[in-house]
Order: sequence, then C-alpha cells, then structure tokens
Amino acid sequence: MSTVPPIQLYPPARSSRTPGPPEPAPVAQVELTIDSHAVSVAAGSTILDACRATGVDTPTLCYLENLTPVNACRVCVVEVAGSRVLAPACSRKVEPGMAVQTDTERVRLSRKVVLELLGSSVDLSTSPQAAGYFERYGADPLRFGVAAQPAVTNERDALEAGHHHGAGGESTASTVAQPVKIDNELYVRDYSKCILCYKCVEACGVDAQNTFAIAVAGRGFDARISTEWNVSLPDSACVYCGNCIGVCPTGALMFRSEYEMREAGTWDESAQSTTDTICPYCGVGCTLSLHVQDNEIVKVTSPLDSSVTEGHLCVKGRFGFRFVQERGPKATG
Amino acid sequence: MDIHVIAPLANPAERAAVDELLGPPISGWTGGLRDSASDGHAAHGGHAARSDRDLLLPALHAVQDRIGWISQPALAYICRRLTIPPAEAYGVATFYALLSTRQRAAVVAHVCDDIACRLAGAEEVCADLARTHGPAGEPGADGQTTWLRSPCLGLCERGPAVLFTAAGEAPEQVGVAPIDAVGVMTRLATAAGGRRIALNDTGSSVAERLAATRVSVPQAGDEGLRLLARVGRVDPTSLEAYRLAGGYTALARAIELGPEAVVAEVTASKLLGRGGAAFPTGRKWAAVRAAKGSPKYVVCNADESEPGTFKDRALVEDDPFVVIEAMTIEAFATGASRGFLYLRGEYPLAATRLSNAIARATSAGLLGPDILGSGFAFEVELRIGAGAYICGEETALFNSIEGRRGEPRNKPPFPVEVGLFGKPTAVNNVETLANVPLILRDGAAAFAAIGTEGSAGPKLFCVSGHIRRPGIYEVPFGTTLRALLELAGGVPADGGGRADAGATMDDAIRTILLGGAAGVFVGTEVLDTPLTFEGTRAIGATLGSGVVMVFDRTADLVGTLRRIAAFFRDESCGQCVPCRVGTVRQEELLARLAAGRPNGSRADELRLLREIGQAMRDASICGLGQTASSAIESAVRAGIVPP
Repeated sequence: MSTVPPIQLYPPARSSRTPGPPEPAPVAQVELTIDSHAVSVAAGSTILDACRATGVDTPTLCYLENLTPVNACRVCVVEVAGSRVLAPACSRKVEPGMAVQTDTERVRLSRKVVLELLGSSVDLSTSPQAAGYFERYGADPLRFGVAAQPAVTNERDALEAGHHHGAGGESTASTVAQPVKIDNELYVRDYSKCILCYKCVEACGVDAQNTFAIAVAGRGFDARISTEWNVSLPDSACVYCGNCIGVCPTGALMFRSEYEMREAGTWDESAQSTTDTICPYCGVGCTLSLHVQDNEIVKVTSPLDSSVTEGHLCVKGRFGFRFVQERGPKATG
Repeated sequence: MDIHVIAPLANPAERAAVDELLGPPISGWTGGLRDSASDGHAAHGGHAARSDRDLLLPALHAVQDRIGWISQPALAYICRRLTIPPAEAYGVATFYALLSTRQRAAVVAHVCDDIACRLAGAEEVCADLARTHGPAGEPGADGQTTWLRSPCLGLCERGPAVLFTAAGEAPEQVGVAPIDAVGVMTRLATAAGGRRIALNDTGSSVAERLAATRVSVPQAGDEGLRLLARVGRVDPTSLEAYRLAGGYTALARAIELGPEAVVAEVTASKLLGRGGAAFPTGRKWAAVRAAKGSPKYVVCNADESEPGTFKDRALVEDDPFVVIEAMTIEAFATGASRGFLYLRGEYPLAATRLSNAIARATSAGLLGPDILGSGFAFEVELRIGAGAYICGEETALFNSIEGRRGEPRNKPPFPVEVGLFGKPTAVNNVETLANVPLILRDGAAAFAAIGTEGSAGPKLFCVSGHIRRPGIYEVPFGTTLRALLELAGGVPADGGGRADAGATMDDAIRTILLGGAAGVFVGTEVLDTPLTFEGTRAIGATLGSGVVMVFDRTADLVGTLRRIAAFFRDESCGQCVPCRVGTVRQEELLARLAAGRPNGSRADELRLLREIGQAMRDASICGLGQTASSAIESAVRAGIVPP
C-alpha cells in the first residue's frame, strides 16, 4: 500500500547563495583546415571567422559584423575542397573536415577580376580598403577600357528591367556614375560610389532600423538603391537615423558635413580625433564616437561592438550635435 | 510595421483590379474607408498583416493586366492592402520585364529577338516595325499600341514569335508565331479596337487538334510515345478525357503503395531532374520527406525561359493534368500539403489550361482535403512569373513566390531543408514530374530499362534553328545527336544554296548549340554522341534543358553570340558583382571584337574574356552567372568568334 506524500505547507528553504546565470551550453568545436593548417572553431562559425582566428587576412566589402551577410560582393571567395565553385567565406558555415584554400590561383583570379569589375564601374576613391586590395591582387580596372560618360540625374533610376540598349562596340566601359543626390540637410547619396552591397538596405530594414525606406530597384547592372519611385528622401519613409551611412563601405552615403568639407578640400582625417561619449538625449545610453576636426564635430559614429548600439544610432544621436558647437555669446543670467 | 504611403489614392479601376484579387478592404488600415469608431480600437500589424506578402506579384499582375502599367497610387494601394513597405514593393515591381512602372500603351507586342527567332528573321520584323510603327517602346500613331523587344518566348519551333498583351477589363495575352511586321500591326489594331486577337484555331475535332499540335510536336499521335502520348490526342481541357487515357491511375497506385514506397520506387527508377542540373529525384524527395520542419511544400518549376527551350510548354499546354497529378503524387510522397506551380508569364495559353486543370481536379476531389478518399489533403496554386529568366533558378523562384525580388539565395542551405517560406521544399521541373506517373504505372525497373545506365527514361528535346521540322521530340536517352536531327528531317544540305550538290548534313551544319544560352556550341564531329547526361559530359557539353539549336553555314554567329551576351546582361538579377558587371563587360568585349576595335590586341581581349568567364563561373552566387560565359567561351574554343 503506497503512502500519500506529505502536504508541504511552505516552499523548501532557499540556498543562501544568489543564483547565477545558467551554465552556458558547451559549444561544439569544428575541426577544419585553412591553407592546410588545422583550425578549431565553434560550430556555427563562418569560414571568415576561421580565417580571422588563424590570422589569414581575407578581403571583404559587403560584410559587416553587425549585419546579416549577403555575400554579394564575392571578394572574399575561397576554395573549398569538393566544391564545384568557390564559396563566400563571409557566409559559408564551417563543416567538420572542411579543407579551405584562401590563396590559390583560382581564388586570386576571382578576387582580382571582381575587384577590376568593381573598380571599372564604381568610384572607389573613398573606399578605405580598396586601394590595398587592388595592390594585393594586381587588379587593373582599365583593362575594360576607360569609363564611359556618366549618366545624368535620375537617368539610371528610370531604367527598366530587361530592355537595355546593347553595347555598340565602344572602347569605353559602362559605369554607374551619376550626379550626387543632395536633397536634405543631413546626408548625401553619391551612387557613383555604390557597389550595391545591400548593407544600407539591411540597416534600414530588419537588421537595425525597420524603416524600409530604401530597397534595391531595377535589375542587373541597372539595379540601384532606391526609395519608392525614386522620391527624394524628405518625401520618403526615411527617418534620418543615418544607420545606412554607418554601414556604407565606400562613402556613397556620407554626412553632409563630411561631403562639403571634402568638396572644399578641408577634410583631413589625420587631423581628426575621436572621442567616445554617451548620447545626452535619452536614457538608453548609446555610445557616441565624436569625430572632431579643428574643434568641430564633423561626424558621429558608434562602435560596432557597443552592446547598446551595435553600431546603430537614431537621428538625434547621429545628427543632433550642432548645439555642442553653437558658440554664440554666452547667455547671461 | 508603419507603412509610410505618400501617393494619392488609386483610381477606381486600379482599386477594382486589386480588389478583384484580394476582396474588398476590411478597414482603413488596409486601404478601405476609415471608420474612426472601429479602426481606432483595433491594430493592424504584426505577422498576420505581413503574411499575405506572397500576393504581391499576383496583385501587380492584376493592375498591369487591367491598366497596362502600375502607377504610384496603384502600388501604394497594394502596399496598404498587403502591409508591404512601398520601397520594397517598388523594388519588386521594377524587377520584372513584363511589369511597367511607367505609363505604357495598353496594347503591347513583345517581339522575340532571341537566338532562335533571329535565325527566322526577327531582326527584319523589328526593323519593319521600327519603320511602320515607330521606335520600340514609343506609342504608335493610334496612341494605344506599342512594341518592345523580348527575350525568348519559348515558341522557337515556329519563330519569329510575338507575345501580345492587351490590358483592359477583359485583358488578353496571346503568343503568335510565325508572324511578320504586317501581322503584328494587324493584331495590334485588332486589340486596340477592343477585339480579341486569339482565334479558336485549335479546332474542335480530334483531327484538327492533332494537326495543330503537330506543328510544334511533329511526333504527336505516333505510337510508342511516353511523355507525349496524350499530346494532341487527348483534350487538354477535359479531366474525363485525361482519366479515360489512363490519367490518375498513378496517383491511385501511389496511395495504395504508401509514401515510403513511392519514394523508393522513384529512387529505383533512377530518374534524374530534367531542368538542367540532373539531380536524382528520388534522393530529393527522400530528403524532403526526412527533413524536419512543417509545413512542407512542393513546387513545380514551369518557368522555362532558357533561350531555345520550349519542351515544357507542350506538357503544360497540351497535357496539363499530368503535371497536377504528378505534383499530387510528389506531395503525397514527401508529406507536403500545399503546392505551387510557377509558370513563366510568357505562356498565357498554359496558364489558362493549368488553372482549368486545377479547378477540375479540385471539383472532382483529386485535389483538396480528402483526395481519393484517402484522407490525404493537398492543394495547388498557380503563380505566374512576369518576365525574369532568373526566376527559373529554384531559390529565386521561391523569392518570387514570396513577393520578393527574384534574387537567388545562397546554397547551402538547400531547398530540401530551407526552401519556400523557409520550409522543406521539393522543387521539380515540369518534364521531371511528367515522368513520375510513368514510373508508377510501369514500375521502376521498366522505367530504368529505358535509356542508358546513367540516364534512365525518355527525354524531350527542343530542336530548332536550321532544321527541316523543328519542334519537340521525345526519344529514349542514348539516341545520338545525328539520329535526333534526322528524326527532325535533317538539315537542308544546300546550307542556303552555298554548298555543292551532294553535300551532306554534316557539311551544311556550322555548329549546334546544346543546352541553350547557358550551354555549349559543338561541331559536327560530335554528331554521333549519344544524348545522355554522361555522353554530353564526356564531350565537355551539357544537355541542359534539352536545347538542340542548329546553325548552318549561313547563320550569323557573331550576332548570335552578341545576343547571348546581351541576354545574360539583361537577365542577371544584379545581386553579385561577377555576374552583374561581368555580363556587361562580356557584352562590351564581344561588341568591340565585332566592330574590329579591340582594346589592345585581339589576344589581350580573348584572355580578358576568359578571365571574366572564369570569375563568373567560380564566384557567382547562382547558375546564371556560373554559366553566363559557357556558350561564348565554347564558341571561342570552336573558333567561331568575331574575326
């Protein structure tokens, strides 16, 4: 005959120690080789993570730590044994026993040609990493001919999918060059510099801001970043968080202050200092990196590794710094 | 999601077009009249509001078909109805060649100027139209009609071909081939006058229908055909006729066998995918069946757009029930409850026939909640593409169905695990599916006995170009290229009157394009190659989608190569750099060579062409970029590039 358990009138006594967070689940390690060197990384890592862990420098343009990899630029491709084509290091997950080669002739050729294709069609003059990559891979964009005439304002935005006029045997190379779009006080869009890496679209969308003011429109070489119907930013859904500027790898999206200083020839990064502070506007506590030149704030970013912002800000933190440098007569009171 | 809509209200016709598809709006949140008493107390958002995104492409079609173009207010209304950010919807609308976001004449002739139609005089048709109607894209003198150049319309066996689209309350889309500029002008006037272009020219008697079908399928009505057994003989609009001809016995057998046994049977049949990649169908089905995640989907890829390919058209137009039956078997075997049939927008007759087939199968209980009394539930939805070759790539196809830009996804993960709506998905080509009922009817062993060891079963080929009887041909795998060309009447030996008397077919042929624009040019030395996956691989070629396009010694091969380059430049989705820019550079380079103005030496240019090709092949995301240089590089190897 079974006994009835006693009724507990009180909960059992608690341990005197404050409970800590649960033990993290052990992360499985994956063994693979990068350029014939054995590497062990956490499961779920990408080939790029593994490359970085072993000190193999892998070029990237469309990759950023705080965004979902779109692997559109293909400059990070590597050779994976058994794979018919090259794999994008930035998004391909490691697998046990994977044998990765990062500097074979095939890899170097693809990286070189990809850089040449970009360099011949896009203005990379404000892409910080581009020059180094070009030198490293011996890329020569002029092999495709000198740049063709730039498009006029809004010409590329009107191109329709599937109906281009064929090449006529010219010696020039088509480009995405067009006039800079300046339609607001805060930032400019110079799509001559756009490599179509999708980062701004991701930052405007589900990866950060969830505003969806911009998307890729058109198709193929005529694809471009566009607001709905190419309306100006003030007419669009844009909330001026500037997170698109924060992720742009080529300077296509730029603070108006930086753009105007560059135009005037006064932009000088060697004369700039960066000071981290906390945004004064609300209680979230976002880290701001103030870029200062000649005692003026010239642009504001946020560190990608900030646990609060992950590099993203709002319109106030990003652009609301003018009051700091209002140096009118001190109010007397 | 806060939708920021700036446009004025859509006009009544635009709203009516959308409402016909989606039903009337239920509240001010979704584009209806605002009722502050009720709307103010209910939120509309979240996953539920966004779950209809897959209706974006059908809604865009609705407006395009009714109005002839998609205005900003019309798009804004669609965005309100479906809770889609306007910038994203604009990105989708501008992705497709058959949709226009700029005001366009209501009646459009889409004139195919692609490789097969070029051989049949498409450039002359375009030149005549430019003279008589005006420049492409501009409205003609009547203000209501225009013409545009178009990539392959899949009517290659009787080019030059034109797809007419007439917008209005009773929109019409119809493909006509062969046709000349006078024919185009006449039909444009017909449609502009509010009359129908299509004639009931298929005839009502069996003999008339067979005669009409034999224009495209010369073997129609012959004994011994498997895939084409019903084509031209059985009324494609009648479920009863399909069942009398043996239809739906395979589904009954499948249900009797059970799902595992069906997968085993298909695996044992050694059926390989017919869309170009030749993946074992049984393995795909088994993987979907075993995959975690639900619901599971089956997708039929009827987005046949490879230039020179028109084989699936014969099936979806003239034997549509077999596609529905096979999808049902596939769903039963893989554990899916919902299927999508994605048909290219250039096949309007097939769209009519397939939606009729779905409706009839549904009302007969062959689709729906309890199929053949087995308790198995399955439904199929027809989705129509809008002019984008890339959407034939399976993951681009998923994005297109989901209401996103038809950009391919990275693989892995593969569709069997993460497919349509992120769920396990079995996606198969039309012709692949059409083999499935044969396997269940005759048994896997009998099916595997057809063809060769490595390529089992019957195969459809699209024979076009300089050939006496172009069309769709069914032969067992292993038939030689020569035998196929002879079946199609051979190549006129006079090669346009240049060859000597007594010249053979071999003398007349300059080159043959195997596998389509993404395929390979081969010479007559391979005429005795057996047409199998392994046989074509051995000669460095591919069966691809079954294209066999013959070019005799009069053919303009330089023009053909430039058209292929232009095709890939136009059809690249634009996502990855190697393909987006590489296809442009490839086209420019060929144009320079053709113009006799190379940058540097010709050898420099050819080296550059090879490097572009290799980077596209190695570094592109999907098969489009990976094969965009294939035919052109093979032409260089065969010595048929611009001098």
